[in-house]
Amino acid sequence: MKNRLIVSASPHLHRAESTSRIMWMVALSLLPAGAAGVFIFGRSVLWVIILSVISALVAEGALQVLTKRKVTLLDGSAFITGILLAYNLPPGVPFWLPIVGSFFAIAIGKQVFGGLGQNIFNPALVGRVFLMASWPKYMTSFDAITSATPLAALKEGKALGNLSYLDLFLGRHGGCIGEVCILALLLGVIFLFRRGYISWHVPIPYIATVGLFTFIFGTKGFFSGDWLFHILSGGLVLGAFFMATDYVTSPLTRKAQVIFGIGCGLLTSVIRLWGGYPEGVSYAILMMNAATPIIDRYTKNRVYGA
Amino acid sequence: MKKYFKEFLRGIIKENPTFVLVLGLCPTLAVSVSLINGFGMGIAATFVLLGSNIIISLIKNFVPDRIRIPCYIVVIATFVTITELVMKAYSPALNRALGIYVPLIVVNCIVLGRAEAYASKAGVINSLFDGLGMGVGFILALLLISGIREFLGVGKVFGYTLIKGFQPILVLAMPSGALLVIGLLLGFFNVLKNKKI
Repeated sequence: MKNRLIVSASPHLHRAESTSRIMWMVALSLLPAGAAGVFIFGRSVLWVIILSVISALVAEGALQVLTKRKVTLLDGSAFITGILLAYNLPPGVPFWLPIVGSFFAIAIGKQVFGGLGQNIFNPALVGRVFLMASWPKYMTSFDAITSATPLAALKEGKALGNLSYLDLFLGRHGGCIGEVCILALLLGVIFLFRRGYISWHVPIPYIATVGLFTFIFGTKGFFSGDWLFHILSGGLVLGAFFMATDYVTSPLTRKAQVIFGIGCGLLTSVIRLWGGYPEGVSYAILMMNAATPIIDRYTKNRVYGA
Repeated sequence: MKKYFKEFLRGIIKENPTFVLVLGLCPTLAVSVSLINGFGMGIAATFVLLGSNIIISLIKNFVPDRIRIPCYIVVIATFVTITELVMKAYSPALNRALGIYVPLIVVNCIVLGRAEAYASKAGVINSLFDGLGMGVGFILALLLISGIREFLGVGKVFGYTLIKGFQPILVLAMPSGALLVIGLLLGFFNVLKNKKI
């Protein structure tokens, strides 16, 4: 009876969910893709993932101690940053690359802004872009284990060989650790959808835009593009479902999320078709991250009764 | 003498043009790729600052208030032209490396800022020491930024490789790296400043 007399501000209804629980569930949903990466590229990939995760956790803890803030290692967000960064690295990178990348991702991508919830850009992508700009030699050398990525081959005008859609779907081709096996990624995605942790408003418009755009602007004239190839190759599925949907750096309302997804799709397609890089998912998401506050401002829901 | 020394010191720490006043960032961002470029730019700007501060302090009573900025600019441009011609004659390599940023000292905020905020109100000797202090502060800031960028971004110090096998962080040698280094240093100095008070 006593509790019923407490007057408090909303929200009044609580669920068992918490930020850290959701984070760990997302981490769990990323496991199949990592397992597939280890299966495809060999056991050395496992070390890249472990190093990346450990250094992300160390960086987070050290910086929080150093700045005298609450140490929140157990909320799982640094863990996810570490995993996502590793998934965005090519197999066979030198051991120090994931360490430096994770540290940069956490320090500059997140803690400089004030920690979880304050960061403007997706930390894992900040780490990846930093590594890409600093050591392009290591970040684009897929030759050590497999051939060049399908998108890089397409960019250089090389023949793709007899790569079928099934090969792309199962991940039997060159690419970054966590992005190649679409099947494993989709397992995690289904889990997240069923739990309601992510909604379709960002990823589906994102992927649909890429499909439509690459179909319209095909290499052999209008409306002849190989849209399925563009959807299945590169980091699109990983980026659309696991990185563009980041709660902190994507817009709040549903309408805004659809705009965000379409924007990501347009930028990705433009970079892939006419840009200097073969892959544009990370740059597209980062650019739309920067646009998130302004999208939020223009799509604010009308206050009821106003 | 102690009074003048205080004027001199102020530009180095308490009112450091780069890290406290946050002036003249354009040349700082552009030329701080290597220590030698940073040092050259610092010396050139210091010379202009010193000369313009002295002259403007001397003519401050004859310049009509309404057209004082064009007058300052003419004085500053004179010294920049001297600097540029001397640099072209004696150090063409440095002149090529700094490029457009040497003539652009004319519109460097530090130079005009000191002319407007200090030299047009103070005596000649004070202005001289103020210009010298600001110039040295600018040189030190440029050396710090370009030292970090050259060592980490190119892997060299004054053009010499120190650590063999070091994989330079290329992004720090790019324009984005300049923004990153300056931003982090600014934050670091703000932390130091807040702690003291």
